[in-house]
Amino acid sequence: MSASSTAEVPFVPETKVGRITDFVDQRVGGSGILREFGRKVFPDHWSFMFGEVALYSFVILLMSGTFLTFFFDPSMAETHYSGSYTPLTNVEMSVAYNSSLNISFDIRGGLFFRQVHHWAALLFVASLGVHMLRVFFTGAFRKPREMNWVVGGVLLILAMAEGFTGYSLPDDLLSGNGLRIIDGVIKSIPVIGTYISFFLFGGEFPGTAIIGRLYVLHILLVPAMILLMIVIHLFMVVVHKHTQYPGPGRNDGNVVGYPLGPVYAAKAGGFFFIVFGVVALMAAMFTINPIWNYGPYDPSPVSAGTQPDWYIGFVDGALRLMPGVVNDFHFEYIIFGHVLTLNVLLPALVPAGIIFTVLFTYPWIERWITKDDREHHVLDRPRNAPTRTAIGVAGFTWYCVMWAAAGSDLIATHFHVALNDVTYWLRTLFFIGPIIAFMVTKRVALALQRKDREIALHGRETGRIVRLPHGEFIEVHAPLDDYKHYKLVGFESPSPSAAEPNENGVVTPKEKRRAALSKWFFEDRVAPATPAELEAAHGHGHHEAIESGEEHKSLSH
Amino acid sequence: MGNHSDGSPNHSGTVATAGQNVVEKFQDPGLPPHRLRLADTDPRAAKRAERQVAILFGISVIGTVIFLVSYFAIDLHTDGSIATIRNQNLLLGLGTAFAMLGIGTGIVHWAKALMPDHEVSEERHAIRTEEDRQAAVRIVEDIVEETGIKRRPLIRNTLLGAVALAPLPALAVFGDLGPRPDDKLAHTMWAPQDGKLKRLTRDPDGTPIKASDVTIGSAFHVIPEGLNELQEGKLNAKAKAVVLLMRLNPDDLTISKGRETWSYNGIVAYSKICTHVGCPVALYEQQTHHLLCPCHQSTFDLTKECKVIFGPASRPLPQLPIAVDAEGYLVATSDFKEPVGPSYWERDEHERLINS
Repeated sequence: MSASSTAEVPFVPETKVGRITDFVDQRVGGSGILREFGRKVFPDHWSFMFGEVALYSFVILLMSGTFLTFFFDPSMAETHYSGSYTPLTNVEMSVAYNSSLNISFDIRGGLFFRQVHHWAALLFVASLGVHMLRVFFTGAFRKPREMNWVVGGVLLILAMAEGFTGYSLPDDLLSGNGLRIIDGVIKSIPVIGTYISFFLFGGEFPGTAIIGRLYVLHILLVPAMILLMIVIHLFMVVVHKHTQYPGPGRNDGNVVGYPLGPVYAAKAGGFFFIVFGVVALMAAMFTINPIWNYGPYDPSPVSAGTQPDWYIGFVDGALRLMPGVVNDFHFEYIIFGHVLTLNVLLPALVPAGIIFTVLFTYPWIERWITKDDREHHVLDRPRNAPTRTAIGVAGFTWYCVMWAAAGSDLIATHFHVALNDVTYWLRTLFFIGPIIAFMVTKRVALALQRKDREIALHGRETGRIVRLPHGEFIEVHAPLDDYKHYKLVGFESPSPSAAEPNENGVVTPKEKRRAALSKWFFEDRVAPATPAELEAAHGHGHHEAIESGEEHKSLSH
Repeated sequence: MGNHSDGSPNHSGTVATAGQNVVEKFQDPGLPPHRLRLADTDPRAAKRAERQVAILFGISVIGTVIFLVSYFAIDLHTDGSIATIRNQNLLLGLGTAFAMLGIGTGIVHWAKALMPDHEVSEERHAIRTEEDRQAAVRIVEDIVEETGIKRRPLIRNTLLGAVALAPLPALAVFGDLGPRPDDKLAHTMWAPQDGKLKRLTRDPDGTPIKASDVTIGSAFHVIPEGLNELQEGKLNAKAKAVVLLMRLNPDDLTISKGRETWSYNGIVAYSKICTHVGCPVALYEQQTHHLLCPCHQSTFDLTKECKVIFGPASRPLPQLPIAVDAEGYLVATSDFKEPVGPSYWERDEHERLINS
């Protein structure tokens, strides 16, 4: 490498590709990075693709969004429509809505790009959410990845903000009503709510400023923040290296998978085109947000059965579930001559606040309860962390109840039930749904663990019934091969850790609470089967004689 | 390639593991043996996979051609009907989908069938060495120590104060984003202008409504006279002033004290803006005399002066006092006696202002 070693024959690449690589390297010096990453090993699993889907849909959003900005005019000035869509001819509308219609009807490919943009946005938030669920349920948020989990949560919030600002831009009837709801929620904020509303809208609702302001947020500020967060997120992924699912040959000290070049890069790169293709297919076949059907924004009309984009649904659902009056108690009341609108304020802030607070702090909560300060690179199978899995499903259920409530009117009309009953049921589920979900999930996880144990100790059921000489029928069990067997037994099962005195020999109340939570977390665990248990299982079983006669078949998928 | 190291992670002792004293676990058998694919052993299978990949790339080319042809061949300016636009959208979309899916599935198939599929095990290096870790902590501690910030609370506290105040101008410059709210939310267009009472007119065409046109059971969407003629701020005015007008059998109405003169022959007018978060309360159920907000299902009972009987709203819809003028047209005798729409912090203050 060094220039002084003139005695040696200088290294000359043999192939053309090699010479190009060398040319670039000698000028920009990327050989160190290439050595580090060119063959870096990435674990492979279908569930790792959700994050990729999110990343790729963001790229699609940037591309389709840029196209739309060339034609969209975010002005709320009045104009009269004169484009190709005759039902709206001469209708008074804002320039923003007019240009959205022109994009749809008078610019070739404009409608396609609008639909790609909207579908990709829905997919972006959805894949982000599913990716976070995957990370939660497999315990991938544990040390050293807690901060990256937080970055992911910030991305989720930014994605929702980006989605909402974009949803409002066409200035059609639906988006205007969405803004009106936001305005109502903002006005419920104590002390400063009215001012925030006036400053946001540049005066009274709807004013003539909001679309332009949201446009700047939508195409500049929020995407820039999302991009920044994605860079931080991916940087940390590189620092930590990817997690891997448990299995034979995988442990916290290694990474098992495919090298970046060529296999992993080809699969991941090819997957971008697949995601793009699927979004294009949806945009081609399924209409999304047909703004021409709704007409321009007008504060007077509204159509029944309209819904926000799905990711805002849980907040809208919470707004619907909250009763304004219970018996004679009004949730809106007057305090020192001022109005406190709890019937709006509570549902708008509290559920989302709880969800995101728990989401952001959970890695530290679990770390405190379990006293687990080790690095984890091998994921948990969800069943092997029953309490965490149950907490996750409880939270998810809570979210889904609110989300379902956003469609309470559609549930009522589709299933021919009373709207009021749907609301009463959902109000009940709001409180008991998560509890039921927690209990059921925990039991299911424990049952699955017991099943794993059973299979590990007694082998799998082959479905073959054998009649013994004395007339008894038994089913033949076949043992698993070593690799499949290890997958069922190779996990940790921590037991509750008792309260420990601190350096002064005192067991603090906080430590007692931690011990109680640790007990709750781990007490009814199912320990993995041990070699001794396997030994014992083989010793007592009457089927052992038959089993030994079986050829060892591996469990096929 | 297989890493046959022990599968159990390093026990730190902080978490108790199964079978405390007998730490006995199954040994990690290491990576499963690599299984050859058909394309690895049979050259004909490899050739077949190669052809399949090429066909997929070929499909992508066809997709691109479909896109270009449908972009240039379909001219929206000669035929801009909805059907044409839909067809073009479908063809552009299918073209893109084939173009992208062809490349994507082709590459993935290539990677899965023909590129090496040996799983590799790589050592996971620690993010940093123990030495670096301690050095980093020391460096930060030394830096903080050398600033002396802990020993000089005066500097620390004044700095905190300065930093806390410094962003205030950044907040203040947003002061001109909008006007002060003042009492703008307390008034609507319905207030009589120059002593002349405003007529109730139909939404959206603005024709006045005669009391005799309003039959029992009917409902009208109403805007104030002159709204359509406003040069600016029309939507702002409309967002507060829209009204629902209905006629019931006068016997069905429960009228509270002070509102006896607000209705005419069973004709009542209520603000259409929901007191919850401001959606238009657009659904009138004729049989039950209920008004329903389609956004969040707040339900108001028309016979009980729009009292909330279900849903998230907490306040009745404000009533507009109406009467009939000399020509038999419905007019508003005054503005609403309370602010319309969603509640806000100063609302009660404004209500007192209106009634004083």
